[in-house]
This record gives sequence, C-alpha cells and structure tokens, in this order.
Amino acid sequence: MSRRPYQREMTSEWIFRHPRYLRYMTREFSCLFIGAWTLMLVCALARLSEGPEAWAAFLEGLKSPEVVVFHVVALAFAVYHSVTWFNLTPKALPLQMGDEFVPDGAISGAHFAAWGVVSLVLLYLAGAF
Amino acid sequence: MARSNKPIVWGPFAAGGTLTAFLTPALILLTLLAALGHAPDLLAYDRLHAFAGHWLAKLAIAGTVFLSLWSAAHRLRITCYDLGVRADTLVATLVYGVALAGTGAAVLYLARI
Repeated sequence: MSRRPYQREMTSEWIFRHPRYLRYMTREFSCLFIGAWTLMLVCALARLSEGPEAWAAFLEGLKSPEVVVFHVVALAFAVYHSVTWFNLTPKALPLQMGDEFVPDGAISGAHFAAWGVVSLVLLYLAGAF
Repeated sequence: MARSNKPIVWGPFAAGGTLTAFLTPALILLTLLAALGHAPDLLAYDRLHAFAGHWLAKLAIAGTVFLSLWSAAHRLRITCYDLGVRADTLVATLVYGVALAGTGAAVLYLARI
C-alpha cells in the first residue's frame, strides 16, 4: 500500500509577484555563471597540462565577442553574489562585545573591505596592473 | 534519533559561498582581460605552469574548484525546487555529480602539470 501525499501544483510565476522575489532569484541564478566559469577553469587546467601550444590555443579561443559577453555577465552576477553574501554576514556572524552587539554595518563593512583588499592583492600578484 | 545529511551538503555550500564571494569576481576579471587581449602576466604559459606546478597551488586550485562547484550545485538544486521541480533526488544526484566530476577532472589535470 502506498501513501500518496498531496502535492500542490507549483509554477515559477511567483518570481514576478514582488521585486524582492526577483532579486532573490537573481542572486540564486548567480550559481549558473559561477559554476560555468569554474567549469571553464577546469578546461583551462586541461589545456595547461597539454603543453604550450594547447595553452596558447586556449587563450586565443577566449578572444571572441561571445566569450567577452559571457565574462561581463558572469562578472556582474559574481559581484551581485558577493554583495548579497557580505550583506548577510551580520545575520550569520552576530558579534557581541560586552552587553552590546557590534553594529551590522561594521560586520558587513569589514567583509567588504577585506573583499577589496583580497581582490586588489590577487589582481596585483597576477600582474593585471 | 533522526539523522540528516544536511550539514554535509550545507557545510561546503557555505564555505564555497564565502570563497566565491571573495575570489570569483577578481578571477573572472583575469580571464576577461585575457579575452580582451590583455592577458595578465600570470597567464603566460611558463609562469602559470610553474605556479600550478607547486603542490600548495595545486591544493588551492583543487579546493577552489571543489568549493565553487559544490556551492553552485547546491544553489542550483534549491533553485530547481523553488521553480517547481519536485524531483529533488534526481536533481541533487545530477548537480552534485557534476560538481564531483569537475573536481575529479581538475585533480587529474593538476596531477599532470
């Protein structure tokens, strides 16, 4: 005998009912771009392991308008993920000092500052500027 | 006692979410520069090959690939549910499978560098 629980019909129409839902889904869709870029990184590792010619071909393959568009969109989604993630840090890591809680802005602000430093150091070490 | 595998899938998701928040925008900027024809020095074959040849860099790259793919996979699984897809076991198997396969491939390629 099988139990058949009632499952309410559900569609994706709810996303458009409120701007907040749309922002939530925008944040969640960042995973597609971060995931796709990481899979591209795995392909890059494959070309790198095959030698100088394969690597040069990979770099040459990046130079197309489609790849540039993908990167610009992926960058926008990745930044949106970072901003939403750091905005949530006061909820995830509430910090109490004495009787008072550290203000939300200080906790997220510290994360934003660290993000800026990490990004600049990474870009500098990679020779981007 | 009820047992849950939630912490096992959620832990790497939270770690990956934090790691990608800090690193991914700058990393995407590096390949964007390369796509625009201004590849940063690190992306020159000799330098990148030497960098990725160090065991510590291999570990960091493999860890970044795993955490990025896993957190993206977990988010995609939840998103599918939000959009009305109720075949959660199938979705979970697929997305976590891709994340693990991608990590395995990365480890394999790194071992050859």
